[in-house]
Amino acid sequence: MRPAPAGAGRRTHPMWFLAPAFAILFVFFFLPTVFNFVYAFTDWSSFKSDIRPVGWDNFADLLSDGTLYGALRVTLVYAVLVALFQNLFGFGLAVLLERDTWLNRAARLVFLVPVLMSALAVGYVFQALLKPDGSLNDLLGGVLGTTVTIPWLGDTTWTLVVVALIHAWKWMGLSMLIYLAGLKTVPEDVTEAARIDGATGWQAFWSIRFPLLAPAVTFNVATALLGSMNGFDIVQATTGGGPARSTEILNIFIYRTFGQGLFAQATTMSLVLFLMVALLALPVIRVLRRREEVL
Amino acid sequence: MTRGIAARLRPPAVVALVVLVMGVPLWLVVVTAAKSQGEALSPDLSLPSRWLLWENLARVWEQGDVPRAFLGSVLVVAPSVLLVLTFGSMASWVLARRATRLNAVLYACAISGIVLPPAVVTIVLLLRQLGLAGSAVGMIGVYVGIYLSTVVFFVTGFVRTVPLSIEEAARMDGAGPVRVFFAVILPMLRPVLATATILICLYVWNDVFYAFFVVGGRLDTLPLNLFQVANAGLYLNNWHLIFAYIILMSLPLLVVFAVAQRRIISGITGGAVK
Repeated sequence: MRPAPAGAGRRTHPMWFLAPAFAILFVFFFLPTVFNFVYAFTDWSSFKSDIRPVGWDNFADLLSDGTLYGALRVTLVYAVLVALFQNLFGFGLAVLLERDTWLNRAARLVFLVPVLMSALAVGYVFQALLKPDGSLNDLLGGVLGTTVTIPWLGDTTWTLVVVALIHAWKWMGLSMLIYLAGLKTVPEDVTEAARIDGATGWQAFWSIRFPLLAPAVTFNVATALLGSMNGFDIVQATTGGGPARSTEILNIFIYRTFGQGLFAQATTMSLVLFLMVALLALPVIRVLRRREEVL
Repeated sequence: MTRGIAARLRPPAVVALVVLVMGVPLWLVVVTAAKSQGEALSPDLSLPSRWLLWENLARVWEQGDVPRAFLGSVLVVAPSVLLVLTFGSMASWVLARRATRLNAVLYACAISGIVLPPAVVTIVLLLRQLGLAGSAVGMIGVYVGIYLSTVVFFVTGFVRTVPLSIEEAARMDGAGPVRVFFAVILPMLRPVLATATILICLYVWNDVFYAFFVVGGRLDTLPLNLFQVANAGLYLNNWHLIFAYIILMSLPLLVVFAVAQRRIISGITGGAVK
């Protein structure tokens, strides 16, 4: 076949096919992001109609009362904990349920139910389950033979960990699926060969199959990190940011200050979230693009 | 034979894990949703003295405005998914087929939304200026803007695996780009579009955060309704109604999943690990 002459692409794949997508991206995604950089430096609020520039005042306020640092720290700790738990659980489930027995198939389906449920609903379920007089304490009390009244959602240090566990509980089914798919891509004969060479099952697993799971790990860690940094529903439904704002991730702060009519402060935090994710995401985008080119 | 023991211990371990980790929370939802208000005041795992599941579901259906919220959800989710898939595939096709430097930049911009968070607060301001504040159209635009990146990322990769010769055959027959795209390319994208549909339905159907900012108080969707109702104190200490609402709200997705589970599972995993 004759190679297409230069410029033929204009006729066969016209650029106007890009127009609807990029028009929407521009209006509903890029423009608000640009606005973010503008309105974070104003005194926009619901209390007055005019909007005036105030320079770095919003940042200075949020820095001086420790809010900015606190929310950033909580968000990062939460994201790292979620990524850790979600991947540990997902990977453990994938290894446990790897063989295609009917029991394992059924169990996989059950672990996918929370993935389909609304995160808000999951949050309310655990709020009820983890009350000081809730079912988890009842169960623990039954096992230990005493009355247990641990305030799972009322501790300024450990509640963040508990909420991260709930987030991981909701999404671990998805991680499990992706790890299962990753395990399936490792050919049988590779592990078989290692066995014949005298490797134990344990050795064969960690030295042969685990390294081949790298793409699944990348995908799962990246999505868990980004998903939890953008999190809102589960934290809102379990603790609402409390106790004493110890679980107030950036989106909870944005929601709260927006509700109070402090639009400029909410915008400033939104910009902080954007910058934090952008900084952390650059390496992630690079990895995704490289994977995409391999396809 | 240690391996024999491990293999024999595995099924009971699986059952125990499922019961403890999944069974307890899901059981709590069902039994609490079937209790009277007095019994559900402090939710526990005991069986209700009298099963009131239907009564509670019916009550939530009427008092919780479920039909209206359901309609609101459908009104937003269906057009969002349709538009994001159509516009996203159109752009992906050209981005994948014309490897110019400009297109490389455009592609990078288009997929940046996978990681970058949307500017929720200023979206509200922008929609107000456009006269779309609180409207379904504004909400649909926001969802399409947020999830276009995901579609472009998945579909562009897939288009590159579709052989060029198929398009060229159609072109020889005199088909223009619109015909080639909608009659030849789009049908071939079915597997990847199925994956994208599932993921985006999952996110949009369950979204409460963006909905709160864009249409909160003006248009009801199911999650938004649950959020407002549970927050408003109307349902305070009405766990039986909250859990009945959760059951009603989760049912549509669970039914879809039960019907198409095999395709959904292969769809999700096929997109992620290649």
